[in-house]
Amino acid sequence: MAILIIAEHNNQSLKGETRKVVQAATAIGGDITVLVAGFNCAGVAAEAAAIAGVSKVLSADNAAYEHQLAENVAALVTELGKDYSHILAAATTTGKNFLPRVAALLDVAQISDVIAIESADTFVRPIYAGNAIATVQSTDSIKVLTVRPAAFRAAETGNNAAVETIAVVQDAGVSRFISAELTKSERPELTAARVVISGGRGMQNGENFALLNGIADKLGAAIGASRAAVDAGFVPNDMQVGQTGKIVAPELYIAVGISGAIQHLAGMKDSKVIVAINKDAEAPIFQIADYGLVADLFTVLPELEQQL
Amino acid sequence: MKILVPVKRVIDYNVKVRVKADLSGVDLANVKMALNPFCEIAIEEAVRLKEAGSATEVVVVSIGTAAVQEQLRTALALGADRALHIETDLNPDSLQVAKLLAKVVADEQPGLVILGKQAIDSDNNQTGQMLAALTGMGQGTFASKVVLADGKVQVTREIDGGLQTVELTLPAVVSTDLRLNEPRYASLPNIMKAKKKPLDVKAADSFGVNLQSNVKLLKVAAPATRQGGIKVESVAQLVDKLKHEAKVI
Repeated sequence: MAILIIAEHNNQSLKGETRKVVQAATAIGGDITVLVAGFNCAGVAAEAAAIAGVSKVLSADNAAYEHQLAENVAALVTELGKDYSHILAAATTTGKNFLPRVAALLDVAQISDVIAIESADTFVRPIYAGNAIATVQSTDSIKVLTVRPAAFRAAETGNNAAVETIAVVQDAGVSRFISAELTKSERPELTAARVVISGGRGMQNGENFALLNGIADKLGAAIGASRAAVDAGFVPNDMQVGQTGKIVAPELYIAVGISGAIQHLAGMKDSKVIVAINKDAEAPIFQIADYGLVADLFTVLPELEQQL
Repeated sequence: MKILVPVKRVIDYNVKVRVKADLSGVDLANVKMALNPFCEIAIEEAVRLKEAGSATEVVVVSIGTAAVQEQLRTALALGADRALHIETDLNPDSLQVAKLLAKVVADEQPGLVILGKQAIDSDNNQTGQMLAALTGMGQGTFASKVVLADGKVQVTREIDGGLQTVELTLPAVVSTDLRLNEPRYASLPNIMKAKKKPLDVKAADSFGVNLQSNVKLLKVAAPATRQGGIKVESVAQLVDKLKHEAKVI
């Protein structure tokens, strides 16, 4: 079997999600090739070559792939993918964007957000916001999967796979990059953080999110939010944890002023330890929290920061 | 310009789903069903574009049993002009749905297709991208802003690190994210009027698409339940538990 993994990167560095996809691919078994499609991305290809278990890296370095527009990347992956039994990408917004396009062009189904691999053709994935877990078997000639990074550990590094440059240029010409507005943050990335502290509607406004900063600094944590906090304009939407936001599984998840709607739980209930701080003792979050504290967050947060 | 909006009937998002005892699936008997929330946003966006004079007609389409007509009527009450029901008892997956929709696109020739980014039952997030692939159109997925101008559409997309804006040549496919808009409610007079709006029914068989999926559902299980936790009395106790019992800080 031959497995093709499409690397997740920003042209400068490889994202941690790719190592998790490689780890998932080793469970399928077979030769693993990583495709780096981007522009001026030689450094990314070198990083990919260092992941343990990777036998080859393909580098498609062209301006057409700079912003990873789905139309161009999908055409490239479809052309290369015909020679592989499995095509994998991380279930990030990038992977979710281009991979279904690849599957349709290859006339095969896609299995989204795989959390476990039972065999080369049998996969496990959550449905209904994580309230049910489906096991599915695919008889397609090529299995196209997005992998949930939070469900796999990262593959080791220390490898030295060969990097091969490919000259294929695919430009569909129907889409054009205009601009990007990225949120600046000094903190660890939400999906990769060991500790996540999230605020909800109970934070009352955006300024109060500063109460989480000191705690996050002391714990090396990323800061997340519920949809209610995002919709109320307290924080930008890329901080949202949930069914429609990011899915995280840190060692410690601290939910502050979050009631615990089904859609939020879908994004964090696989965390190892969950702490809930809420003044409503009846909030659903307490049903899944390992440690709950019924109290006003405005008195608890400064106290917590002090005691850490 | 015509806008096509594919919509899906799903379990209501507030319902706590139950897995069947024989692990064959989720129990949908006597459960409240509704329009998929992302589809409501798609309808709202299409209707707003029509109200702004950018579109002339909004056509909604849904695939499934006769029951989906209830959701099509809701879409009509929200402002869609006419509806198409593609009838089948099968439960086609995203690729088959995209193939059926590609046939509808060929018939209707819409300038824009707007659909939800994912259905909250299967959580696939595939159909829009697949439809774009099959029709050769550009795609603007996870849209939080849509601007039409000069035969093109600018779509601001929610991506992991923030926002990205792309420009697509029309016709194009746009999939909605939650923050694109706030859907309106259907008023009673509009619900009454919607009953008189045209709703065509076509058999899925007549489209010449093989609806058999190559993906077999082996079982559906309930997720592992978490151990019931404890309530602590104070911050000091919480910190102590995290340090010495859970050992996570």
